[in-house]
Amino acid sequence: MSTGIILCGVGGQGTVLASKLISASAMESGIPVMSAETIGMAQRGGSVTSHIRIGEGVYSPMVPLGGADTIIGFEPGEAVRMLPYLKEDGAAVVSSRVVIPVTEALVRSGYSSEVMIGHLREHVGRLTVVDTDAAVREIGTAKVLNIILLGASIAAGALPVTADMLMEMIERRVPKKYAELNRRALEYGLDCAHK
Amino acid sequence: MHREFLMGNEAIALGAIASGVDLVCGYPGTPSTEVLETAAKYRPEGTYVEWSVNEKTAMEVAAGAAYAGARVLVTMKQMGLNVASDPLMCVEYIGVKGGMVVLVADDPGPISSQTEQDTRTYAGFSKVPCYDPSTVQEAYEMVQEAFLLSERYGTPVFLRSTTRVSHCYASVDVKDAGEYLEHAAEGFVKDSGRWVIFPRLANANHKKIVERNSALSDVFSDDPINKVYPEENGSRKGVATGGVSFGYAMEARERLGRMRLFKVSTPYPFPEKKAVEFLRGLDEVLCVEELDPVIEQALVYVCGKFGLNVRIRGKLTGDVRTAGENTVDSVLEDISAFMGEPVSRKAVSGQPELPVRPPVLCAGCPHRASFYAVKTAMKGKKAVFCGDIGCYTLGNAMPLDMVDTCLCMGAGLGIAQGINRIEPDTSCFAFVGDSTFFASAIPGVVNAVYNKADMTLIVLDNSTTAMTGHQPHPGTGITMMGGSGTAVSIESVLRGIGLGFVETVDPFELDAAVGAVRCASALPGVKAIVFRSPCIAVSKGRGPASVSPEKCVGCSRCIKELGCPAISMPDGKAVIDTAQCTGCGLCSRVCPAGAIGGEE
Ligand code: SF4
Ligand code: SF4
Repeated sequence: MSTGIILCGVGGQGTVLASKLISASAMESGIPVMSAETIGMAQRGGSVTSHIRIGEGVYSPMVPLGGADTIIGFEPGEAVRMLPYLKEDGAAVVSSRVVIPVTEALVRSGYSSEVMIGHLREHVGRLTVVDTDAAVREIGTAKVLNIILLGASIAAGALPVTADMLMEMIERRVPKKYAELNRRALEYGLDCAHK
Repeated sequence: MHREFLMGNEAIALGAIASGVDLVCGYPGTPSTEVLETAAKYRPEGTYVEWSVNEKTAMEVAAGAAYAGARVLVTMKQMGLNVASDPLMCVEYIGVKGGMVVLVADDPGPISSQTEQDTRTYAGFSKVPCYDPSTVQEAYEMVQEAFLLSERYGTPVFLRSTTRVSHCYASVDVKDAGEYLEHAAEGFVKDSGRWVIFPRLANANHKKIVERNSALSDVFSDDPINKVYPEENGSRKGVATGGVSFGYAMEARERLGRMRLFKVSTPYPFPEKKAVEFLRGLDEVLCVEELDPVIEQALVYVCGKFGLNVRIRGKLTGDVRTAGENTVDSVLEDISAFMGEPVSRKAVSGQPELPVRPPVLCAGCPHRASFYAVKTAMKGKKAVFCGDIGCYTLGNAMPLDMVDTCLCMGAGLGIAQGINRIEPDTSCFAFVGDSTFFASAIPGVVNAVYNKADMTLIVLDNSTTAMTGHQPHPGTGITMMGGSGTAVSIESVLRGIGLGFVETVDPFELDAAVGAVRCASALPGVKAIVFRSPCIAVSKGRGPASVSPEKCVGCSRCIKELGCPAISMPDGKAVIDTAQCTGCGLCSRVCPAGAIGGEE
């Protein structure tokens, strides 16, 4: 049995670190992991996705269509884009804040968070929306959005890792001076489900 | 042995280190770059690592070290192999003493390359044996086997990877440091009959290579890395595959019933006897592979050679699409159609329109300022802008629209000259990055000066190799062995070649930058401007700019002229995203209302 997880967002949002933290937590618990990242040109403001597969009997890191137990969307439009990958009873944890691409700023077609979240509500039974603007106001920076989303995913029962294990992996990977900020972000995320 | 969570490229580097590698060299290129970076990071005492100036030089450095008995790893992406092909073709004829593994990472898709060429095809062309791993674990093991094979047969050996192996992370069983092979290079032994390639030697060695490769086909047939998985579904249809497609095919096999499956881990020399074992008793075979139909053609050949009556299907028969990356879903679809059991899939309905997100130059990128300066200076004049390979290829996007051509590393110089020969009244510009300048633009400059061309060279010097993740290059003087070496000055090179007009300008000094371009384009002959400003990823920003909502008149000039991703206009007024903005100040220069300023 294996678990498929997809993280998606826009280059520069911290999806790669989040993916590494999930993988490292699973590894630490002795479960085999494979993952794949978008690296290179697409990182410059393009759509990025990480595929993670945790468990036995896995031949490649790529999650098939309809094969994701969880989608963590760092951007609501990107979550919509990856929706065909979600299992029928899969969970999605999504940031409410849109990232407007330059092309969109040029033509202004009215791309909005409401439409994206609305579509997700219609199609995803187990949906958690993180109000990113509120989160940033409380935490003080958007730089730890990835950790907030991971916390919210754990609270939603959408990740096969524990908050303690994740915090341990964060402490191993990020500089000491940011540990406290990350802890607050994780705790904020864990509480999100109840907000 | 212990288990680590590694990226494919990290595993390849650690496998080379476990093989006792003495020297690692290469040129950055997605998706190969992390191999050399990892080798530098975990470099054992006595191992030498360098970013070479380009792939051809890297191949030659590696060959020299291998002549001297060293174990060498040389790394590049598939496009780089074209640059390195001259020494590679020859070194195959000459042979090596120490093990020489050539890691080439292919880019099916392509995701960040100009072509979808296949290194397995290069293997057949150059006669260099080739391993093709399908997972990170295999990549770790095969690099070690490749070293053994290379040394045993005195030939360079390809380890061919693809994006989904190189950039995949997996739990990998790796050796402990105590299990690493130790190796000491014997040194170069003079023997002109061996190391000097004359036609007679080439002829003699050609014969030996063909014989050796025919023997290797048998060796590979007996090697368990090429494997036939027996059928459990009684079907007379089989699947042949290799590389990442193997994983996708195995997952399809689990879902559709276990048909006979042939995994090809050494596409060249092709394991013919193992292929015959696979083919016997089958009526039809589907070949599932990325890029060229290498396995497919080899199987067609084997059927002819051994008189087997099996239909071989794949790209050549139109059963599988000919271009692009395979996915776990595309492979499932192809195999299920072939087996006659189509899979159904429900579609998500009513998906709202999604924004397209082409990659763009970062907020605060100095290339934006450089392109904008040239655009401003040349407004209304007949000009062609020849681009090159690097982040600055992204200058083609709207609204800058400043890249009219882009071909391959360093090509912009030649193309600018060629266009100008046919259209002498057009001002021709070549844009080249600092790393690309050293890698492959210098002969183009020499050509221009020698042949009295009329063109302007713009060197975009951001002090790093940005696109591939910020590697140092000769202009920085920093090496992979730590400490700083000798920085090569771009201006001195240009003046040394004989250019009279060489100006260095900070592109964010917009007036000076525009002035320099006007001045250069008005002069005859070959002129150069070096726009020097560091990449935002290697320098500190000045603190974000902000728009005064009272002053902003909503004209959207800042967006339409520059396309900086930090600026958007949600409700009729420009807003700057402080997380992205570096405070480069460019937008404040184009705002007619003086609405944009630095943070108070
Ligand atoms: S100052 Fe203006 S152009 Fe420069 S990064 Fe900030 S928003 Fe973009
Ligand atoms: S150019 Fe100036 S006035 Fe025009 S939209 Fe931008 S900030 Fe506002």
